[in-house]
Amino acid sequence: MAETVVQPSRSRDLDKLLLRPGNIIGNNFDPGQELRDDLAEYVKVLVVGAGGLGCELLKDLALSGFKKLEVIDMDTIEVTNLNRQFLFRFEDVGKPKAEVAAKRVMERISGVNIKPHYCRIEEKDIDFYSDFSIIVLGLDSIEARSYINAVACSFLEYDSDDKPRDETMKPLVDGGTEGFKGHARVIMPGVTPCFECTIWLFPPQVKFPLCTLAETPRTAAHCIEYAHLIKWDEVHSGKTFDPDDPEHMKWIYNEAVKRAELFGIPGVTYSLTQGVVKNIIPAIASTNAIVSAACALEALKITTGCSKTLSNYLTYNGAEGLHTKVTEFVRDKDCLVCGPGVLIELETSVTLQKFIDLLEKHPDLLLSKASVTHQGSSLYMQAPPVLEEMTRSNLNLPLFDLMGKTSRGTIHVTGTTSKNDTKTSVLRKLRVFFKGVDGVTDMDMAGGA
Amino acid sequence: MAEPKTKYDRQLRIWGDQGQAALEKASICLLNCGPTGSETLKNLVLGGVGSITVIDGSKVELGDLGNNFMVDESCVGQSKAKCVCAFLQELNDAVKAKFIEEYPVTLIETNPSFFSQFTLVVATQLMEDSMVKLDRICREANVILIFARSYGLTGLVRISLKEHTVVESKPDHFLDDLRLNNPWPELKSFAESIDLDAQDPVALRHTPYVVLLIKMAEQWVKSHGGSLPSTREEKKEFKELLKARMVALDGDNYKEAIEASFKVFAPRGISSDLQQILNDSCAEVDSNSSDFWVMVAALKEFISNEGGGEAPLEGSIPDMTSSTELYVNLQNIYQAKAEADFLVIEQRVRNILKKIGKDPLSISKTTIKSFCRNARKLKVCRYRSIENEINSPILPELQKYLTDEDYSSTAVGFYILLRAVDRFAANYNSFPGQFDGGMDEDISRLKTTAVGLLSDLGCNGSTLTEDLINEICRFGASELHAVSAFIGGIASQEVIKLITRQFVPMPGTFIFNGIDHKSQILSL
Ligand SMILES: [Zn+2]
Repeated sequence: MAETVVQPSRSRDLDKLLLRPGNIIGNNFDPGQELRDDLAEYVKVLVVGAGGLGCELLKDLALSGFKKLEVIDMDTIEVTNLNRQFLFRFEDVGKPKAEVAAKRVMERISGVNIKPHYCRIEEKDIDFYSDFSIIVLGLDSIEARSYINAVACSFLEYDSDDKPRDETMKPLVDGGTEGFKGHARVIMPGVTPCFECTIWLFPPQVKFPLCTLAETPRTAAHCIEYAHLIKWDEVHSGKTFDPDDPEHMKWIYNEAVKRAELFGIPGVTYSLTQGVVKNIIPAIASTNAIVSAACALEALKITTGCSKTLSNYLTYNGAEGLHTKVTEFVRDKDCLVCGPGVLIELETSVTLQKFIDLLEKHPDLLLSKASVTHQGSSLYMQAPPVLEEMTRSNLNLPLFDLMGKTSRGTIHVTGTTSKNDTKTSVLRKLRVFFKGVDGVTDMDMAGGA
Repeated sequence: MAEPKTKYDRQLRIWGDQGQAALEKASICLLNCGPTGSETLKNLVLGGVGSITVIDGSKVELGDLGNNFMVDESCVGQSKAKCVCAFLQELNDAVKAKFIEEYPVTLIETNPSFFSQFTLVVATQLMEDSMVKLDRICREANVILIFARSYGLTGLVRISLKEHTVVESKPDHFLDDLRLNNPWPELKSFAESIDLDAQDPVALRHTPYVVLLIKMAEQWVKSHGGSLPSTREEKKEFKELLKARMVALDGDNYKEAIEASFKVFAPRGISSDLQQILNDSCAEVDSNSSDFWVMVAALKEFISNEGGGEAPLEGSIPDMTSSTELYVNLQNIYQAKAEADFLVIEQRVRNILKKIGKDPLSISKTTIKSFCRNARKLKVCRYRSIENEINSPILPELQKYLTDEDYSSTAVGFYILLRAVDRFAANYNSFPGQFDGGMDEDISRLKTTAVGLLSDLGCNGSTLTEDLINEICRFGASELHAVSAFIGGIASQEVIKLITRQFVPMPGTFIFNGIDHKSQILSL
């Protein structure tokens, strides 16, 4: 049988999916070499987190045809990462995760470029995030997910019928694991629910009441939290507890043991002490591999259309048998984050300073220390000091003027808000309307366009 | 602090020192080290299995660099098994890693006794006839076998062994063993020793809900001719009685009692799952019986004698609003009963061992204790042989899946087609769509093959969609990295459960649906 001579190719397997026409496919699937080459050349992917999921994601994406990757993570490598974060070795302990992960993947897969960012996600301005075709999240914190979700949703624009504009949609793929369980989800802002629409999926952690710790301890965890939350402050006035300092942890453990003995409570161990104090979530390689692979596959399908996509939430549970389930959650129509934005009506005379004060009192926002951006340029920045100084003079100018004297516009603000007694960084999209200037400016805009 | 223990901290919190020790004793054999096999092993090497043996006869080609992280440019032309093994060794030097440059099919045909040295064999990317042969070999040698295969956007994972018994099944949600409606004398008298009416409000608010419910249940039984609340009305009334007191007292303990009142309504005695295990013919033990079944036999005797219809007490209680003193006392009462139950079972285990001609001390105290603590959660998993599944799948099940239009139709379609492509390959020496060109011919040939297969299985009249047949031909036996990582992840997860003997391995055949992730386990 005569076979067509096939040129040996690195993408031998992937080509079958990207070069051949298919029957069960996504929108805009246009198979061919051009699709494969465009994927490599033009599609930029950001991986948020270079931990258990992040390491897997970088490998999976790099072997799924993506060649332009960036990764952001503020952490350094610890010994306890080595049972699953396969890009790290013992001698890497202490080095930044993003940098080592990027280097290892590039060493093994030629033609792949991975740019590491060793910093907090809030340190990057919004423009940084707008540069990517798709953002893939491998995080273990609700706050960080919530922040990136808000960033991605902030790019979304709505047309005059309040329909989301496709070209402003920044897809997110999010994964998470705990022990033998995990989830992968696809967020198409404006179409499928965003992280905030279904925030109830992540209920806040229940804390022990302080009176239980102080008066009626019953479990080992109560004794540990007593030492951690009450006794530490009593003894070390002013010195903050550092969970990463082994001496501090040892002290907590010893105090917990004393208390447990006093009350006849069994079960305080050093390992449990660490677990309770640091709120350690058990993690293994296999679950991370499963969830990351599902996320990478979705990223490939979303960007190329080579198959249908997950709609929109996959859960995996491998503890008792094997259960995978797809749930199609629906958007919260009134979501502050992925909706058209909080509507704020202002007089044209309102200064930027007054506007910032107003955000602090706005019942839907309660946003303090706001930095304000309009169409990519900073109107006021709280930090760093250099930028604060540069933008300070804007505070006394009317916002109307700063926004180019148009009757309406979208403003992005970042700042902090208090939720459950803890301060979190938030980003919000606001739709600002100015009273009494409608019509005139619309005409101006039409003329200027 | 020793380095290995710290390194494994996050997983020790899941399967403990015992699970880790089992992993470190295990020797794993991998057949074929493409991405599916390599990724499976990667997860196991990171977790610290004892040893791995990588078996693959092929050389690394350029195309392998596009889907397998374990090989790089410098590997092209070299033994794939050697290169993959070298990378895996880099991940964890505590693991003994070796390779054999040999085609698995050759080993299966010529050296079946080779496999008996391993704890577990991970067989990837094997075709049906090799699967059947290997399955026979491993069953004979009591080696655990797990198949994994990636094929385009689909794939499968299948465990095969005669029997897997689990003591520490660690279910997520399981009813506490509190005996609220069936307290033993010590617990009953402890509850009686607390006079709720004589307590001041502070003490009353710190009386554990266990005591409140035991008292309430007893009162109820007395005034209802010996029976517990059973109808919805009665259960509601029971809760209302608690609610009235809660409001009067404003106590968290009464709130907890209301929330936990379903524990009073739960039936006494053992579950039907456990009954099924007791009824199993293996519970009639002889000298060939495993420790697990010997302990089941002892459990069976216990339940119908000392246990009075109940399994041995688990001995732990959940946290609840209480004074420290009452809570600790209560905990001691539960622990004492659990210890007493354990001693009875231990004696029965020793007697049975003696009776069947084994060393009465051959099962350790720790093992029996763990068995008692988990007696209500025992699991027995059995797997049909591959040969049986292939030649005589459970037809009603198969037909059910085939006609289920909603969820599983794609998955079962993939199942049939994954078998059809092997038949296709046996007839035409390549997989459908494996090479470019001749796609239309492959599609029609695959269709004919699939129809023939369905008819051989006795599913005449069932059809697969054109779309799915087309897709399988488009996949052309490709091993996509992301799919392989998913399948490999699932396979390694199951390996861990099988080796640690903790948690419950999956039943049946897992069919991955990479189109919309509506994957399915088929029990055929
Ligand atoms: Zn939303």
